[in-house]
Order: sequence, then structure tokens, then C-alpha cells
Amino acid sequence: MKKLLLLAVFALATAVTYAGGYRVSLQGNKSLAMGHTGVAVVNSSELVFFNPAGLVYLENKLSISAGASGVFSNVAYQNETTGASSMTDSPVGTPLYFYASYKATDWLALGVGVYTPYGSSVEYPDDWAGSHLVNNIDLAAIYIQPTISLKFNDKFSVGGGPIFVIGSVNFNRNLSKTLSTIEGERSEVTLDASGVNATGWVASAMFHATDQITIGATYRSEIIMEARDGDATFENIPNSPLTPFPASTTFNADLPLPAEMTVGLSYKFCERFLFAFDFNRTFWDVYDSLDIDFASEDVPDSFNARNYKNNSIYRFGLQYDATKMFTLRAGYYFDESPVQPGYFAPETPRNDSNNFTAGLTVNVGSHLQVDASFLYSHFKEVDASYDYYVDSTNGSTVPFGGKYKTNAFVPGLGLTYKL
Amino acid sequence: MKNTFKIVLGLLAIGLVSCDAEFETAVSDEGFYDSGSADLSRYVAVGNSLTAGYADGSLYLSGQENSYPNIMAQQFAFAGGGDFTQPLVNDNFGGLLSNGTPIPGFGTRFVLSVDDQGNRAPVRLDEMPTTDISNVLPGPFNNMGVPGAKSFHLSTPGYATLNPYFTRFATSTSTTVIADAAAMNPTFFTLWIGNNDILSFATSGGTGVDQTGNFDPSTYGPNDITDPNVFAAAYSGQVDALTANGADGVLLNIADVTSIPYFTTVPFAPLSPLDPNFGPQIPTLNATFTPLNQAFAFLGVPERSIVFSQTAASSLVIHDEGLADLSAQLAAVLVGGGLDPVTAGLYGQQFGQARQANAGDLPVLVSSGVIGKLNQGRFDALVAAGVPPATAGQLSVNGVTYPMEDQFVLVPVEQQMIATAAAAYNATIQAIADAKDLGFVDAKANLAQVANGGVVYDGGVLTSTFGTGGAFSLDGVHPTPRGYAYVSNLIINEMNRKYNAHIPTVLISDYATITAANNN
Repeated sequence: MKKLLLLAVFALATAVTYAGGYRVSLQGNKSLAMGHTGVAVVNSSELVFFNPAGLVYLENKLSISAGASGVFSNVAYQNETTGASSMTDSPVGTPLYFYASYKATDWLALGVGVYTPYGSSVEYPDDWAGSHLVNNIDLAAIYIQPTISLKFNDKFSVGGGPIFVIGSVNFNRNLSKTLSTIEGERSEVTLDASGVNATGWVASAMFHATDQITIGATYRSEIIMEARDGDATFENIPNSPLTPFPASTTFNADLPLPAEMTVGLSYKFCERFLFAFDFNRTFWDVYDSLDIDFASEDVPDSFNARNYKNNSIYRFGLQYDATKMFTLRAGYYFDESPVQPGYFAPETPRNDSNNFTAGLTVNVGSHLQVDASFLYSHFKEVDASYDYYVDSTNGSTVPFGGKYKTNAFVPGLGLTYKL
Repeated sequence: MKNTFKIVLGLLAIGLVSCDAEFETAVSDEGFYDSGSADLSRYVAVGNSLTAGYADGSLYLSGQENSYPNIMAQQFAFAGGGDFTQPLVNDNFGGLLSNGTPIPGFGTRFVLSVDDQGNRAPVRLDEMPTTDISNVLPGPFNNMGVPGAKSFHLSTPGYATLNPYFTRFATSTSTTVIADAAAMNPTFFTLWIGNNDILSFATSGGTGVDQTGNFDPSTYGPNDITDPNVFAAAYSGQVDALTANGADGVLLNIADVTSIPYFTTVPFAPLSPLDPNFGPQIPTLNATFTPLNQAFAFLGVPERSIVFSQTAASSLVIHDEGLADLSAQLAAVLVGGGLDPVTAGLYGQQFGQARQANAGDLPVLVSSGVIGKLNQGRFDALVAAGVPPATAGQLSVNGVTYPMEDQFVLVPVEQQMIATAAAAYNATIQAIADAKDLGFVDAKANLAQVANGGVVYDGGVLTSTFGTGGAFSLDGVHPTPRGYAYVSNLIINEMNRKYNAHIPTVLISDYATITAANNN
């Protein structure tokens, strides 16, 4: 009992993080509690996401995991030269996951997963200091992944499957720093696209080096969300031929969901303890620029340089089978930001983060488990700017900078059913 | 086991309540900024249209919100500043009513309009004003800027009966602006007054009188230049009133008229041979002016010759009151040359003080609307004098055959009167700032920089170019919100220096420039 308490306290004391760019690493409460490791951990059907190759090593015939997280995140901004300050009032995000795995034969497992690895929901006060960059954004992508897992022998397996994505985006910002009507209402645009479809794939392998050590690798392909004929709505436009924005038009835009490579290992260093390490490489360099092509000739297309770089994430997790009823987990990961200096845009205000996780599984009977996790992401205060905003009304480049402080804090709850 | 649960849940709960992102030191923290040795709890701004937030030829709501005193007051709020009240008008149209009737000369704001041919021009917004001066606001206010006020007006009892802007918020009909301002008991003030003491003369093209030497302002016309001693007496009395309780403050001096697009936008040589209405007529015009030019040569003033170039833009023909009036001599020479006496008399009258403009002449902004157009008044006068209408029309084209009238051009002799008076005012302002140990902003030098090369800011370069430069509104005289933001930063920087304060400045790219809107 005492040990258990100490571990729980330790887990919370070590700090936590979240994810760079608009990647949301919340794909399973068991894994998240261990710093979102899992490429080499055979635990549950969360493997559909973390490493499909491992599904075939699950003990049960049927394994289903489902859960959700509540993302409480906010961003504070201030500019010490002007005294301007703002605080986001973002809605609570609720990313979900559902995984099922069925062991058809000793060497073949079939599975399906539904999860949301990319998304962003940030809401600043309307007309805040950076409103020409973003007032609010809500970006969501649901991945649906049929999965197959094949065992070559007791040491080596492979897995993978296609990915079908359904995405949506809603984005609002002011048209410039100052454009407004006679009455002083700021001119703004809202972009809305939903039902955007795209496909990709995942492939992975798992190798049991010894009874204690497992190695895994997973590659998830890049998927470009091609929004076509989305709705662009312009409001508070001055009545002038100089601002010929139509009330509405359509737009095309491509938003990349970058490829991600994960390699890692797990080490069962004594009877009840498991250590896991994952290394993620996310290929953000595909996110070079967010270009919005408006159908109306009267609306200048919008080019928003992003110039992201590939980033790395280092994840460490620990699992302790405390009692028959409880399994305790804790973890840490360091998440490098893909944002380069001068490209820090407030719609994804992510700098490097330290992330601390903890959680536990409660066995309720022999078939059902309750999985709880908790993530705290700690971002340092960062003095950053976005230097590539071009005012479409006069062509001048206007930087936007200041101090940002982000916090994210994510409790999660899920169920695992085994048969 | 149960206890463990409770502890884990308890820790989760602690996390939930402390999840706000907070800076180690936040700009909203007490003491992050400070006012140094100044006390900003009651800031009072005194002045004219510039202080009121007047722009685009009118006083309207968003202009007032972007007045430099109001911009500064928002920044003062970080450093102990108190409430800042302004005599806000009703709407964003501008314009004044008196008992429901529009007051002539107090129209709605200019907006940038585009016609069917794509030409851009400032036009008055076609809306009915809703601000009625019979609705007197209970003053006084922190912003005591009164559009149109000259230095001595601020100290003139009963000014509320003379200026409808002050009628709106004077505490009584007999009060003075400065008395109402002093009644606010300011702890800090700014004073920017004196601009109109030269500016109304300048914008009228110098139609007024230079009253230097006349110490009785009650005898002045609206477009006259104020005597520097009258200015000094009024100004010094106002500073005394504002500092009576020991208030700190900042004084601003008077900018050059040549810093203002109202005088720098219309070129002195706008007559292009490529203009289809003008170019083809150049040979005929030059032939017509030949005898006149010979007469100028005969009279020893060949520099007054009028010649239009067929390859380059030509200068306007202007009336220069600084020239000796040669009407009679000119008529006599022309008669000697064989012209009939009536026509010679008309020519003499029309060109007796005429010459072509040069780089030293400043056509005012509103002259652009009349250049090359028929001068109806002159046409009517000529026809009444018996000139055939066709000839009368040929002799009545503004700036071509009819010299630009006095109100359309500020000629060097007029500019000199303005410069002399302004230099005297500025010497007074500087001396009083030194004597009273007040802050001082050299608006003259700073606005000259805006006009000559511009001022770099976070979103580009602020210049005084009309329409596109960012600093000046569509009346060509008053700043835009961006121009006022620039002025705010000048004052705040001076306060930070003078009073060892730490008051945040503003980003002038956050402030708007001109407003585009079509009436329809």
C-alpha cells in the first residue's frame, strides 16, 4: 500500500507534455500513462495504433479498448512592449479511440481502430492582438484503420493496414490588422470544410529479442487532407470596390498530416516491472506553407509560411503490476517543437514541452479493465514571433510576437474488454 | 486501497484547478509598469482638433476612440492611470446638428470612394448626422480638445457660444476651455495648441491677414495669423492654470505646414501635354500668350511669361499677391501693341499679378478639384462685362488662362508669414517647457521626418503621402488613427524619459488608416 502511494505521487511530481504542431498524442490510456510508449509493449488492442504487428501476441481471442481524454489546454499571450495580453478560452477537446482485435488463428489477428491523432482547438478572444492570424480554429481528423497482424514465429511478426481519414476544419481570422467597416467592425473570414477524405497506410514489425526484451517499429504514412470547395464566408466588409470580398466563396487548401516513424523497446526488468522507450520522428517538413486558394478572383489567395521541421519525441514509460487488481503506470516524454524561429503562429503555439504522465488500470472481474490516465504538459514561457504575415491590403510584412505560455492537462478514462 | 484512490483523485483535482497558463511575471501584475515620478491618476488633455481625435474632416466616434489622449490613457491604465472620459459624439458618420438641423460647415466624415472609372477620391459620407449640440453633455471631460480652437480661444469666456464643438460639453456658456480643464484638477496634462493660429490662414490659401502687431484677438478674422505675443500670453496662462496644483505634463510644439499633405499633394506643375483636354490646345494657348509675354518683357518682368510645354508638364498660372500689381501698365502696353482697350483692360486685370508657379508654391489639396475647370464666377463676370461667351469661357480656365485664385495656392510670401509666426510660437512653447520643467515633444521635427523619408514602424514606413502614406486622414490635415498612435508613442517616450516612467507604447500597425466606402 505504501509503495503504491509513493509511485502515484512520484508520477505526478515528474512533469508531463503533449505534442508538437497539431499532433495530439492521446491514442490509448494504458500507453499514455506510460508516456505514450507502446511500440514494443504487448498490453491490449491499443496495439492497433502503436504496433499492429503485436496484436497477434495478445493472449485473448478478443480484445477491445475504448476511451476518451479531456484536453484542458490554454494559451496565455502578452507583449511587454505594448502591454497587450490575451488568454485562450478553448473548448475542452475530447479525442476518442476505439480498438478491437480478434485472433483468428495462432498466426493471424485481425483488428480495427478508430482514433484521432491530429487535431487542434484553439479559441482566442475575438479581435485580440493576433486576430489577423487567428481568432479560432477547430481542426479534426478521424482515422479508421482495418488491421492485420501476422506471426512468422514466436519472435517475429508484422502488421499493418490501410487508413481512411475523415477530416474537418473551421478557421476564423480577421482579414487584416485594421480593415473594418465605417462602424469599426473588423472584417473577417471564416473557412469551413468538412467531410474531407483521404487515405494512407501503416506498417509495423515486432521482434521478441529475449523473454524480457521486445523491439518494435511502426511507420504511419503521410496523409494530405485536400479540402476542396470548402465554404469561405466574409463578414464586415467595407462597401467599396477596393475591398471586393464577396459574402461567400469557396476555397481549396491542403493540410498535411505528416508521416510518423516510431522505434522502441520494452524491457521487463523484473517480475512485475516493465520499462518502455519509444522514439518518434514526425516528418513535419511537409508542412511548408498553408495556402488557401479562393475560388473568387476578387479574393487574394492566402499564403501562410509554416516551414516546419521534422521533430523528435523521446518517450519513457514504466509499468508496475502492483496487485492482481491494480496496474500502475508512469511516464515522461520530451516533445521537440517542429516550429522554427520566426514561424511561431498562434494557431498552433507549440514550443518544446516536458510531459509527465501517470495512470492505472483497475481489473474489474476477469474480462473488464478500467484504464485511467493523466497527462500534464509543461511548456516553458517562450518569446517568439511569426515574421511572415503579409498584409493583403497593402503588401507590407508585419511581424507578430510576444511571450506565450501554454499549459495542457489531460485526464483520460477508458475500458478494456478481453475474452 | 481506498485511500490511494482518494489521494490520486485529489491530486488530479489540484491539477484541474491550477491549469491556467500563467506567466512568471505578467503585464497585468501590479508594478510591471510604472509612471515614474508622474502621477497619472487624473490625466487631462487640452488642445484643438488634434487632441479631440478629429479626422477625415469630421469628429466621429471611432476617431475619438483613437485620439492620441485616449490611446495614451489606455496605456496609462497599466501604470496607475485613472478613468479617461471624452465628450463622445453619437455616431461614426460625423457631422453636427443643431435642434435637428445640420450645421453648415460641420458635415460628415470623408471616406475613400471609387467611381465607375476606378478613380479614387475622398467624398463626404452620405449619412444624416445624429449628434445634436443642443444635447449638452455634463462636462468637464478628461479630453478637453476642441476642434477649431486657436490658442487664445481656450481662454476666451463664452467660447461655447462661438464653437459648436465646445457648446456640446462646456459646463456653462460663459466658461472657458481652460477653466473647465483646470476644474478637473489634473495630476498630469498634455497641451497641444497653436496649430490653428497659423493653419486656418494656411488652409485658406493665405486669404486671411497676418495680425502680428495686433494684440487684440477679438478683432481677428477666422483665417488670420495670431500675433506671437497674443499666443505667448494665452499659452503661458494656460500652462499656469494646468500646473496650479503641481501637475506634471508634456507640451507639444507646432508642425510645419509643409509636413501636411494638404499642401504637398497637388503638384505646382500638373498640366500634362498628354491630357486630351489640354495638350491639343497648347499651340493656340502659347500663340495667345505671345503678346502678353512681349508686354511682360517690355515692362522688365520677363520672368512672368506664361509658356506651356508640349513635352513636359507645365506649371499652373497663379495669382501671387506678393507681386507688384502691373494691371494698368500691362493694359497700356497691350493697347500700344494694337489691342482694343476693353480687351487690354481685361488682360491687364487678369494677369497684373500673375505668373507661373514654381517649386516654392504650394497648391492646396482642394485646388485639385478646380484646376483646368471653368471658373464660373469669372465667366459670369466677363459675360456681364460684355465679353462674348466663347471668349469668356477661354479666359476662365482655372490655372491655365485664369490664374489660380489666392485661396488655392500658398505662395512663398504667405509661407514666410506662417513660418515666422510658427517659429515664434515654438520658441514660446520650448521656453515655457524649460521654465516649468515640463516634458516637451518636438512635433515639428518628428512630423517633418514623417514627411521627408518617413518613419519605419513594425508594419512598414509611415509617410505623409496623401491617401497611402498612413499618417494622414482624408482631409489632408489631421492624422489617421495610425498617425495619432505615432504621436502617442512620441509623448509616452518623452514621459518615460522625463519622468523615469515605464509606460508601454503601442504598435502603430494595430491602428487603422483611411476608410474605404462608397455611398450608394
